[in-house]
Amino acid sequence: MSDAPDLASRPAIDRRFRLQWEAAQNAHVLLYPEGMVKLNASAGEILKRCDGRTTVADIAADLERAFDARGLAGDVLAFIGMAAEKQWIVWRP
Amino acid sequence: MSAVTASGADPGARRPGPPLWLLLELTYRCPLHCVFCYNPLDFARTGPELATEEWLRVLREAREQGAVQLGLSGGEPLTRDDLEIIVAEAHRLGFYTNLITSGVGLNETRLAALKAAGLDHIQLSFQDSSRQMNDFLSSTRTFELKSKVAALIKKYDYPMVLNVVLHRLNIDHVAEILDMAERMGAEYVELANTQFYGWAWKNREQLMPSREQVRRAEEATRRFRERVGGAMRVFFVVPDYFENRPKPCMNGLGSVFLTVTPDGTALPCHAARMLPGLEFPNVRTSSVRQVWYESEGFNHYRGDAWMKEPCRSCPEKAKDFGGCRCQAYLLTGDAANADPVCDRSVHHHRVTEAVARADARKPGDPPGQPLVFRSPENSSTLHP
Repeated sequence: MSDAPDLASRPAIDRRFRLQWEAAQNAHVLLYPEGMVKLNASAGEILKRCDGRTTVADIAADLERAFDARGLAGDVLAFIGMAAEKQWIVWRP
Repeated sequence: MSAVTASGADPGARRPGPPLWLLLELTYRCPLHCVFCYNPLDFARTGPELATEEWLRVLREAREQGAVQLGLSGGEPLTRDDLEIIVAEAHRLGFYTNLITSGVGLNETRLAALKAAGLDHIQLSFQDSSRQMNDFLSSTRTFELKSKVAALIKKYDYPMVLNVVLHRLNIDHVAEILDMAERMGAEYVELANTQFYGWAWKNREQLMPSREQVRRAEEATRRFRERVGGAMRVFFVVPDYFENRPKPCMNGLGSVFLTVTPDGTALPCHAARMLPGLEFPNVRTSSVRQVWYESEGFNHYRGDAWMKEPCRSCPEKAKDFGGCRCQAYLLTGDAANADPVCDRSVHHHRVTEAVARADARKPGDPPGQPLVFRSPENSSTLHP
């Protein structure tokens, strides 16, 4: 694993966390022992695409299609970097 | 217990957020007799425990109301032989399930069944009085039991999370406790200083550490962290009697926490049954929705209308919610007062005097009164 993920990295949710949609909070949450992180909408959309097979570039492209947007790769990569620092995700090059 | 980090409730809002954290105290039965237990002193008077079907109904109703983190505690939850059924239903409903246990009664058969049922997490606590801790530190039977359970927890691929309650009689052993946790392969260790409720309140004078003891324990923790680096995470929870600002207890009552006691009484925190003048609902006769949104017991301390000075005009009231209602009641006789841990409280001296008494006692001094162990017999004697 390299020091930081890049556009070719394939991120997956770290096994110590569970990503789940919570209707009562109208949000995705990350669950972990005796705690929870409530995610904003874009964080939830990115993390639910982190399946360990899809690259960061393909996640960004999929989000651009889904939300009819352009140029999301930089934002997605920045979030993935932050998520990696928080150890929410692991990734393969 | 850690707080839910994402607050779902705005304390000033009219409608509270969902009860994100559900704690089921499945039973007050316990093979241990810990002098620092936060269970109520009168637990022996508690009526019959909820039946399996009733716990399952509570799970379903709470999940419908948005509960997602589930703590299974007690007493010792493993004394319930339907624990696996409760875990399985919680998992099916989408809860994140945390078992809070002493490990006594956790053998491989049960752990395999709990894993299969979908249990997400185990927090293993060390029970200890002074004598037991000494046994434990000298590698006696208790240590072997804990080691066995710790190995099982690892074998079943759970993170090894240890919780040790610290007090005057064991806080000087922090370095040894951490070394032992390291040998057991712990990944997380919570050194939780005793909070003074229930049996711990009864035994407060004997359990209160001195400032010097707390300082040395923090120093030992710091040295340990330096040595092991990131291999083990150690949390040192400072005892609030040694602070000048109160803890944001429960994120404010009725904000995110819902506790159900063995007999079905629903509480906004595990100690809240002591609060005078409040009726707390029972899940046998009220739905979780009614409990959370419609009961006086949960509504009374929401928002800040109940606050008195100095809290009412305090800029920090949205941060600490005036501290702990139970501590305010225990130390000042009025649950609506500021938590006297706060140095703006006119009752703050009751906290500092308790610490000063602990400072004045020399390590070898005999306690003024014997420790009262948490047992059904002592409970019945104290509250016939």
